[in-house]
Amino acid sequence: MNPRLALAVSAGKLAGVAARRAGRGGGTALPGLVAERVDPGLVGHLASQLQRGRVTVSGTNGKTTTSRVIASILEAAGMPYVHNREGSNLMRGLASTLLGAAGPSGAIPRAVHSFGLFEVDEATLPLAVPELRPTVLAFTNLFRDQLDRYGEVDTVFALWSEALAKAPRDATLVLNADDPSVAELASGWAGPVHWYGLEDPSFSTAAAGAADARWCRSCGGSYRYERRYFAHVGLWRCRGCERRRPEPQTAARDVTLALGDAAFAVEGAGSLQMRLTGAYNVYNALAAVAVARVLAVPSSAIIAGVGAARPAFGRQEVVEVQGRRLHLLLCKNPAGANQVLLLLASVGGEGLKVATLLNDRFADGQDVSWTWDVDYEVLAGKVERCWAAGDRAEDMALRLTYAGWPRCDSVVHEPGALIEAILAGSEAGEDIFVIPTYTAMLDLRAELVRIGAAQPFFEAE
Amino acid sequence: MSTPPAYALTAVHLYPDILNIYGDRGNIIALRYRCEARGIALQVREVTVGDAFDPAECDIILAGGGQDREQRRIADDLQARGPALRAAIDGGLPALVVCGGFQLFGHRYVDHQGGVIPGISVFDLETRHPGPRADRCIGDVILDTPEGEVVGFENHGGRTYLAPGQAPFGRVRRGFGNNAEDGTEGARTANAIGTYLHGSLLPKNPALTDELILLALRRRYGPDVTLPPLADDAERAAHATAARTAERRSRAAG
Repeated sequence: MNPRLALAVSAGKLAGVAARRAGRGGGTALPGLVAERVDPGLVGHLASQLQRGRVTVSGTNGKTTTSRVIASILEAAGMPYVHNREGSNLMRGLASTLLGAAGPSGAIPRAVHSFGLFEVDEATLPLAVPELRPTVLAFTNLFRDQLDRYGEVDTVFALWSEALAKAPRDATLVLNADDPSVAELASGWAGPVHWYGLEDPSFSTAAAGAADARWCRSCGGSYRYERRYFAHVGLWRCRGCERRRPEPQTAARDVTLALGDAAFAVEGAGSLQMRLTGAYNVYNALAAVAVARVLAVPSSAIIAGVGAARPAFGRQEVVEVQGRRLHLLLCKNPAGANQVLLLLASVGGEGLKVATLLNDRFADGQDVSWTWDVDYEVLAGKVERCWAAGDRAEDMALRLTYAGWPRCDSVVHEPGALIEAILAGSEAGEDIFVIPTYTAMLDLRAELVRIGAAQPFFEAE
Repeated sequence: MSTPPAYALTAVHLYPDILNIYGDRGNIIALRYRCEARGIALQVREVTVGDAFDPAECDIILAGGGQDREQRRIADDLQARGPALRAAIDGGLPALVVCGGFQLFGHRYVDHQGGVIPGISVFDLETRHPGPRADRCIGDVILDTPEGEVVGFENHGGRTYLAPGQAPFGRVRRGFGNNAEDGTEGARTANAIGTYLHGSLLPKNPALTDELILLALRRRYGPDVTLPPLADDAERAAHATAARTAERRSRAAG
């Protein structure tokens, strides 16, 4: 074993112990940060031990959920794996995860038989790929995200292309056939590609809201849609050249959605049921099924794994507070928010009670203008009572007013005040739909933990 | 009290399918909301590449921002509309063009490789991109304008330089503005406003929204038209939060 690596591993592990002693919670980034200082090649050295294969999952939305479903499938198949489950998807998070898996010398037990499963931030992918040397690279979708952080959609596409140029030539790409931007990643890729997509005419919609792929990246022609599922996702075809939505090897049919669960069928794998819902989660599960098929996981384990997958914290998690069921529906960008609103519009019924939380910290994006690209209007007339909260609660309240929602019951910054307002405006047994941005979700969850309604997330895992 | 006359306005949203990157749709939503609240019928026409459109027949023009690739896509079409748009704006047509739309209402946009996208010279200005290594101008903005304090958020790579005599939209109190050097932000010619501010701009700056509506109404219905005030507490609260955020972040940045 490389002495520098062993030193880095010890330093990182020590930092993790110190952070936990100091009461810094999960401390998911610090050990990696420290260890990488000692050995900048740490991630590569540790990941290379995982000889069964290494999977990266990237995309604007659905990275965490897709990775969790893959993990659940591997679990059901009895296949060992290392996974950055707590969701730190930058280099230091990958380093911390690998450190946690390694022994004091830097050796990962059972590494020869283990998979590596890594959710990777979009902008981190070009750095992570040369280190992880993935055998499978899965991509979920490409939407505008925090423009002040990631830059424009074209910038992210360029980063992914750069990452692919550094990927092992024989790696398999697992791509969403229905997203033309993701599909374009296959151009110039000489290795194998496994496509997944939705084959369900009942999902067809005319809503092009938040579409972020309008022109073919090969020829500049515009796209026309034989069927549009949402935004720019669907059965597309370029008007200017031969490019069209590829035929998926892993296709979902007969999708049915309910408030807390969904079902769909995959040819060759069978009928799948899951405790996740919304078209976006069908895509996430489908991406996971596609990865599992590439890894040659048997269908029985795929069915069991999808069925056993649970939402990541804050993503369709249900927390009970004095008899009210709070459905936490994390939304990080317009496309994600639109998906949640469409889900509520289709299966939520009338007389909805909805709380929206808008923060503007670094991880949320400091620019809140994206809320004006979200179709809150689809719930106008269906919302009976609403609350606005978070650092930018006032911006949120204004957005909802202009969307035709009723006047907010309360506009507050603190999660504790929000919970009180919700309790005052609802009865036991009611469903309250809570739509927070990322740090607003963390704050709210911390408050729910404080009042004893929820478990801290690293214990709930 | 007599019933107010029934007013109707037509807003044209230029290239909504192409220039729409920073929530600029919110500007349309705000115009519609504040017109409807006063019984003014607002028709919004979306005009994109190749669509027939006579600026003389509309009451307000809006355009948003886009990536460089998207600006190139509209450049020829916008050039063809240039003379008619300039004539209408000289005649007092109100307009609000944001970010990419603002840049192309100047003389030209010069990208970081020296490539030029010609604009339509409504404003006497040009925009240059200082190169891929230069930082983008990103952050909260507070402006002092003739219409009062305006708040928003900017995110642009290009630096815009006003020719001598070209009025800005406002002066920067917090933020970068046109070029991070001279304290100007945006441009104003007759009733046309160009700016880098999104957020969206109009919802949080209701006085500006009302000014655009009033200019449009007076142009069509005569100088005696007035606008009844609205309650505006939600708008004022959002404006105050944005201004507070800008001050706090500006202090944190030193």
